[in-house]
Amino acid sequence: MSGGLNVTDLRVVRGPRVILRDVDLRVAPGEICALMGASGSGKSTVLRSIAALQPFDGGTIDAGGFALQPGPVPRESRLKGLRSRVGMVFQAHSLFEHLSALDNVMLAPVHALGWTRAKAREVAQALLAELGVAHRAAAFPRELSGGEAQRVAIARALAPNPMLLLMDEPTSALDPARRGALGDTLGELAKKGGRGLLISTHDVDFARNSCDRVVILSEGVLVEEGPAAEVLARPKHPATRELLQHRDAPA
Amino acid sequence: MIARGVGREPRFVQVAWASIEQSVERGDFEVGMSGLEDRPELRARHSVSIPYYEFHEVLAVRPADRGRFKRLDDLAGRRVATLGATMAYTMLVEAQGRIGVVPVSYDDDVHPYSDLVAGRVDAVLLDNIIAERSLRRMGGSGFVIQPEPAATGHYVAVFSKANAALRDSANEVLRARMRDGSLEQTFRRWGVWSDAQGQYFQRVLAAAPERAVDRAATVPGAGRATLATYLPALLRAAGITLILSCLAMALAVAVGIGVAAGRVYGHPFVRALLTVYVEVMRGTPVLLQLFVIYYGLSGVVRLPAFAAAVLGLGLNYAAYESEIYRAALLAIPRSQLEAGRTLGLSEGQILRLVRGPQALRIALAPMTNDFVALLKDSSLVSVITVVELTKQTAIYATNVGSWVLPGILCSALYLLFSLPLSRFARRLEQRWSAA
Repeated sequence: MSGGLNVTDLRVVRGPRVILRDVDLRVAPGEICALMGASGSGKSTVLRSIAALQPFDGGTIDAGGFALQPGPVPRESRLKGLRSRVGMVFQAHSLFEHLSALDNVMLAPVHALGWTRAKAREVAQALLAELGVAHRAAAFPRELSGGEAQRVAIARALAPNPMLLLMDEPTSALDPARRGALGDTLGELAKKGGRGLLISTHDVDFARNSCDRVVILSEGVLVEEGPAAEVLARPKHPATRELLQHRDAPA
Repeated sequence: MIARGVGREPRFVQVAWASIEQSVERGDFEVGMSGLEDRPELRARHSVSIPYYEFHEVLAVRPADRGRFKRLDDLAGRRVATLGATMAYTMLVEAQGRIGVVPVSYDDDVHPYSDLVAGRVDAVLLDNIIAERSLRRMGGSGFVIQPEPAATGHYVAVFSKANAALRDSANEVLRARMRDGSLEQTFRRWGVWSDAQGQYFQRVLAAAPERAVDRAATVPGAGRATLATYLPALLRAAGITLILSCLAMALAVAVGIGVAAGRVYGHPFVRALLTVYVEVMRGTPVLLQLFVIYYGLSGVVRLPAFAAAVLGLGLNYAAYESEIYRAALLAIPRSQLEAGRTLGLSEGQILRLVRGPQALRIALAPMTNDFVALLKDSSLVSVITVVELTKQTAIYATNVGSWVLPGILCSALYLLFSLPLSRFARRLEQRWSAA
């Protein structure tokens, strides 16, 4: 199973509006790629198209070896291959409020993958420990801080062991110290498991310090890409420069 | 006739038949009349006129049963219909204890006979006047009236206790009209005169005024309207209220979940159909729905009264429940459902494991409110002959002539059901919100 992502000529149209225009995007196994751009530039649409949460109108998506075609979103029963390969962490963590942190992480392994509860518990506890929130296993989402909830949400997405992880604005609820810690954790996840990570973010410092590569979107068009250090140090496109100028603006 | 005789202008005031005695005592009007049966409790509580008409309690049965159901005692284990809070009802309750007759109480005198013809009851015990009028209305067929009376009673006019003077004047007028034949003419015009009635008039006129006034019908089971007599019946009725409400709520929850799921997940056609169901059920009175299910559909499906009551209340409340569940389902953030999808859960699993449990927590408080409302609305099913708590209380109150003790007892029983329920729901909510 490949942990890579290959998006070619991705096009999304909503009525008269073109949301994404022929976007090409690649993430190699073990690579962390930051997807950057101003609000409304189409970052979330790229992630949602890859996760088959919304339809796209042109191009192809190959996510971890699972191919998606333009047109309506297939039925969930036909997306099992995708779901086992691609995990997603949502912006507002979206933990299930009625379940404890541990149960949140165990839910998919038990019910979607059919593991025994004992095996699922063992894996979930190991993941929570790896992400530094083992002591919060019994806590409910409302009792967790923003950083803890974010980590539990990552553990939940990792439980089925996906080879590609999509993350939508993971640092928006974190203070600078925790952003750094999250970056370290993600780095380990990518390197150790050979996973590809595609992370949409406004956070220039996080992208520079924690990501291998950045892709810049502006009004639905991919305008610049390259190694994070290089693109963010010497931006070529005006949209990238503007992004860097507003680096302190809230996400 | 009485008003003219005492030099007053008559004015008609309509109240429910079972409330005539209470209304006259509280001063809503001065004379209450409409086939009021002479009985000792009535005389103890109100001023009562001389009996002006003698009637018989008669059994009506289907023609095929003419030979086997001749007397009340032939009807052991059978369903026998009558009007609630009447002498006939008291006789049936007595026969229930004695030989296992099943009394079926109605609020009107039309449906007992139509249900007899339809086979829902095996006999009707009511005043001969009512039986004969119903037979005429049905063109003289459908049922037969057994010739042997089950009991004899008398109709009287009722006045408030304090209004004995008006009662005495009315008695004078009644005697004078019996004597001069104008009361006979009126009864003949109404088609309720017989030679026996003439002999009865003679007996009334020959009797000393006091004796005539003091005489009241004595029928089996009459005159025992004490708390001890009614408590078992009240508790049984309370049990019926509770069981009926629980079953109706279970049906409402099950159908409500189905309707809500259909409206959230269903095909547009299914959604439209369910919307029509919800709007019709919420937009029309539950009383009307009960009538339609019990009487209206009786040509197609003849439901027992209890089943019709569960179905009527259950389907009505299902519409309200479904709206609660639908709102609760829609209150779960879309991102949680998407998170479920990206984790590989099927739509069914997301509903069962993610959306449903959280929606249930939101729906719990309004559901509890609905169950308490249903407990109280269950009193409506008395219109389709189910004797539940409120109906039994009304019978009790009519017979003891006061709503004070029956009202307190009835309220206490309702509170006994609803308070622990509200407490339980509050505790559950607290536990979930702490979780």
